[in-house]
This record gives sequence, structure tokens and C-alpha cells, in this order.
Amino acid sequence: MIELQNVNKWYGSYQALVDINETIHKGEVVVVCGPSGSGKSTLIRTFNRLEAIQSGRILFEGRDIHAPGTDVNAFRSRIGFVFQQFNLFPHLTVLQNCTMAPMQLRGLSRKEADERAMALLQRVGLANKANAWPSELSGGQQQRVAIARALAMQPPLMLFDEPTSALDPEMVGEVLLVMRDLTRDGMTMVCVTHEMGFAREVADRVLFMDEGKVLERATPDDFFNRPQHPRAQQFLSDIRSPFARGA
Amino acid sequence: MPLFDYSLLLTGKYHDMLVGGLLLSLQLLAASLLLALPIALVVALLRLSPLAPLRWLGFAYVEVIRNVPLLAHMLFWYFGAPELLPEGIKQWLYAGHIEAYSAIIALSLYTAAFMAEDIRSGIRAIPTVQFEAGRALGFGFLGTMRRVVLPQALRVTVPPLISQTLSLWKNTSIATVIGVAELMYQAGQVESATFRSFESFAFASAAYLTVSLAITGLATWYHHRYPVRTI
Amino acid sequence: MLEIINDYWVYFLIGQYPNGPLGGLVLTLLLASCGLVLALPLGVMLGLARVSPWRWLRWPVTGFVFVVRGLPLLMVIFWAYFFLPSVTGVKTDQFTTMLIALVVFDAAYLAEIVRAGIQGLPRGQMETARALGLGYGRAMRLVVLPQSLRSMLPSLVNQFVSTIKETSLGYIIGLAEVSFIATQINTQVFTKPAQIYLILGLTYFILCFGLSRFAYWLERRLARRGMSVANPASAPKVSA
Repeated sequence: MIELQNVNKWYGSYQALVDINETIHKGEVVVVCGPSGSGKSTLIRTFNRLEAIQSGRILFEGRDIHAPGTDVNAFRSRIGFVFQQFNLFPHLTVLQNCTMAPMQLRGLSRKEADERAMALLQRVGLANKANAWPSELSGGQQQRVAIARALAMQPPLMLFDEPTSALDPEMVGEVLLVMRDLTRDGMTMVCVTHEMGFAREVADRVLFMDEGKVLERATPDDFFNRPQHPRAQQFLSDIRSPFARGA
Repeated sequence: MPLFDYSLLLTGKYHDMLVGGLLLSLQLLAASLLLALPIALVVALLRLSPLAPLRWLGFAYVEVIRNVPLLAHMLFWYFGAPELLPEGIKQWLYAGHIEAYSAIIALSLYTAAFMAEDIRSGIRAIPTVQFEAGRALGFGFLGTMRRVVLPQALRVTVPPLISQTLSLWKNTSIATVIGVAELMYQAGQVESATFRSFESFAFASAAYLTVSLAITGLATWYHHRYPVRTI
Repeated sequence: MLEIINDYWVYFLIGQYPNGPLGGLVLTLLLASCGLVLALPLGVMLGLARVSPWRWLRWPVTGFVFVVRGLPLLMVIFWAYFFLPSVTGVKTDQFTTMLIALVVFDAAYLAEIVRAGIQGLPRGQMETARALGLGYGRAMRLVVLPQSLRSMLPSLVNQFVSTIKETSLGYIIGLAEVSFIATQINTQVFTKPAQIYLILGLTYFILCFGLSRFAYWLERRLARRGMSVANPASAPKVSA
């Protein structure tokens, strides 16, 4: 579904992405992990051109999203993106947040959009909050609405950029549950996350990144139990025993 | 449309009038600024005082002055206030430059009201704990202000104060109304004498813009040279 | 003081109307309202131009705003009153001249308020709207501007207060707004200038203070709803 060919990106003289070649297939759930500054957020943001690339191609459903003159809006409406900071629109109710894009971009009538949105809110467990304002919701609730909002466009691909990193620990679970349920429905997902438990349970593949390069790709089982690359080994041991290095 | 007549602006009677006006405008700016700053400081401290009646006094000053247009202030100080003074002082004032004095009083009081608010915001930007630390060491309200809070507040306050100075500069033009022969007045005089509105207004506009630019440049320089440092 | 109020209150309020053009306090309010209502769309457009990604739009508008904000309002009025007729061949009356000057002047200040409002919004809002597939224009219209304008409401009310004060400058071109009327009354009464100008001051005070309290209340109400501008102190204040 998404294919990256020789993708390189620089911020000035700093190279954020180094010769990335990957393919994400339909129905796959891919988790991207790695230390801070490894380029994983940058990578996922190039998928829908929130970040530009200087060389290489990114093909979504066979078409290059970064080619000049492309209708980037058409691409973006088929890729759902969930941000770390949820970014709900505070001047609209929860329901309106979810109906705005389908009505504007897919020409749905208010009734059709409302129905679709309510079904999605039901799915994420927030149907009773349809007429609430975002400021009245907790972080976990806001993020679930953000997921519903992205799903309202019925995208074939969902991207998550550290969806639980800004949440208090007790709210992380409710969001991960929603994401897991999505995978069970066969959604193609790419997730940048630190939640290793989620990766282990749900991912088909793990991509480990550091310094702009994909250093290891493996199944979760292989990655967590038998990491090959020394950097990956270091990363996993740092997570498991944060104090071991100082000893 | 008449051609732009440079000669008008470069030499001669009209040039002198315009330059004279510019100089008077600058004098108004300097005098009003010098008066406004101490008044503003006093009013700001009044507004922050621990005593409620003093706070009220400061609040009343700021709100009454700010909500009346500068033009009305000028009219009051020129037409209204002198009548309230005893005869002797009144004669002395009328013999001298009463328009300029009225203008300076109006400009100073008006600008001080805005500056007081900026100073107050600057002081409030300093965390209260700084003030408490000063009091804990044994300094009184004014002592703490002087030694601990105000020196820190200065950096935060100077840019808005420079911005108020810019407003003050533009406000000096309103002194025209009561007959002060500053730049705007002279531009009007030259226009009615020569009917060359473009040249006289262009000169005045260029003069205003140049000084405005200089003041804005000062603000930018200050911001680079003395950035605000917080813990 | 009371006899003055008694004798002249009608003149003070509406000028010579119906025996002449409208004047006084009503004219002041009319001029201020029309001025702000017309300046607002222009100000929003200029503000959008100031933040737009296209240099050919941004630079001229920035230049225009810079020049207008560097000049006194009186200068703008003089240009409109003395120079404009010689260029356009049309001699406008004092009200129209004053209105043009106010609209141009206030639009330049509103442009900065709009710009601060738009830039004060968290970047994530625009990004999220774009990520959903909305184009720049629609994202502005549906997500950024509604939030920015709402958070700018207190600044806009304060701008209205400034505009009311700015109308006083119509005095200089002989517009019969309330300050001019006060001076006319003074010329007739002659012996009580302090009282007359105090009444004038009081009138402005009640009007402007009332409105600025309203703006303050608005600001508090918006802050509670989580929608106030990130840094209201950075939106410039106008004094005239």
C-alpha cells in the first residue's frame, strides 16, 4: 500500500532520514520504534507529506505523493493521521469535529455525516460525549475522538505518531484498546510508539530506527527476544533495565 | 497633477517652517517623555500597593485618562484648566507658551496612564516569590521593589515602553489643535500658503516615519542586546 | 454645570439635526461603528496577507501596514482631506473623508491583531486540518479563523474603544463630532470652559470605560472556555 524508495531528508545540513526503503502491505500493522531523535516521527510524517523529502519517492496506492503538482489534499483525505497532541478543534463539538471533513470533502449530507460519526464514536466508546466540547474531555477521551475523526474519512491507511506519549499513564490503556480493535478489523496501520506491550501483542512487524536509518526489521517476537543489531540490543536493554548502564 | 517640487522642501521659508515644526515636535516628545515616566512609575506602584485606597487611586487615574481621547485632554488643559487658576498665574501663562505647556501636560498625563499599565504588567511578570524573598530578607515594600523586583522588571518593561514612546511621538501631532506650531501644524500652514499639499505632507510623513523607524529600531536593538532572562 | 447640560444636551447629542447635518455624540458613535465595521473585513484580509505563504502578497502588505502604523492618524486624515481630492477630482465631505481615513488606519492595526490571533493559535490546528485533507483556504476558513476571531474578540472591542477616541480628530477638519460640538458650546457660553470640557471627558469616559469593561469580561469568559489568545500583551495597543 505504501512504498518508500530511496527516501532521504535533510534539515539544512542535518540528515534526518537516510536512504529509507520500505514497503507496507495492505492489512499490515507496523510499529516504528527507536530512541529520541531517531527520525521515526519524521518518517511517518513524510507518508502524508507533512514533511517534505529531498530525494526518493513515496508511493501510496501506486502514486507518488511527493511529486510536484500532485493533489496532496486528495492523498491526505485517504490517509488518517493521529497526532501526539490530539489537536481536536476546540471551537467545534466532538460530533462536529468528526463530521466536518466528510461533509466538506466527501459531500456527505449532515444526516449522513452525523450517522457515520455517531457510529464511530460508539466504536471508540464516546457516543455519550457527542455534544460535549473538547475542553470538557480528558486526554484519553480526546485522543479517542481524534481517532474517530480520522476514521470518519474511511481511510485505507491509519498513521499514529506517538498517540499515547502525551497521556497520563492511566489513560494510555483506553487508547491502545481502540487501536488494537482497529487492527482486528483489518486496518493497515503504521504506529510510532514507545508502548512495547502494544507492539508485542498487535504488530506484524517492528521497524527499529536510529539516526535516520532503519537498522532492524523483524517480527515482534524476533525483535524483542533476539535483537540482531547492537543498537537495537542497547535500546531494548535500556528500556528493560534503565539503571543497568550506570552500574 | 503638479510635479513634485523639490525646491520647496530643500531651502527657503517653507523649508524652515517645516524643520522648525519638526524640532518643536521632537521637543514635545522629549519633554512629555521625561514627565510621563516618573508619573507612570508612581501610578504603577499605586496600583500594586498593599493599601486598597491607593490601589483605587491608581486604577481611577488609569481608567479616567485612558478612556478619554487625547484631543479632549488637550482641549481641557488649554481652554478649561487655565480658567481655574488664580489670575496672577493665568496672566503669566498666557504671556508665555501656554499652548505648549498645555500640550505637554496633556501628553504626559495621557502617556503615563498607558505606561503605568505596561510597567505594572512588567512587574507582575516577575514571579511573586521574588518579592516574597525580598520581604523575607527584611526589606519593606518600596525597598523590595527598588532592589529586587524593578531591576528584573526593567528588561520586560522596556520594549512596551518603547512602543508607547512611538505612540507618544505620533500623538504630538494632536497638539496642532490647540495651536502649537509643531510639524503637523506647519505642514498645514505650508499647504494653505502654497497649495502644494503633496510636497508639504510628504515632508511631514517622511519625518514622522523616520523618527518612528528610529524608535522601532531602538526597540529591536534593545531586545537583542538585553534579552529577558528567566530562571 | 447643570444649566449647561439642561440647555445644550440635545445639541450635544445630535448636533444641528434636523436643521443641519447630524452631529454630536450620535455622529461620533455612527462614525466609529461604520469605521470599524468597514475596517474589519479589510483588516482580516490584510492580516491573512501578512501570514500568507506568498511573498508577492506578504511584502507589499507588510510595507503598507508599516507605513500606516508609523504615521499619526492626523497625517492620514490630512492626506485624505487635502490631497485625495486633487488626485481623484472628487471633493468628499468631512464625514466621508474621516471614514476613509479611519478605515485605512484601523485596518492596518486590525491586520496586526488578526495576524497575532492567527499566529497565536497552536500550529497543530492548521496541521491537523491539512492532514485531514482540507486545502489551505478551507483550513483557514473552517479551523484557524473561527478560533482566531473568537479569541480576538476582546482586542476587537478594545479597538472599537480606540476608534471612538479616534473620531475626535474629525474636529480638525471641522466634522461636527462631539468634541467639536463641545467647543461650539464653549464659544457660546464662554465663561465655563472647565465645566464644558469636563462634561465632554465624562461622556467619553462613560462610553469607553463601559466598553473596555465589556472587553475585559469577554476576555475572562473566553479564558474559561480555553480560547484566549496565547499572549494578549503582544497584540499592540492603540492610543490616539
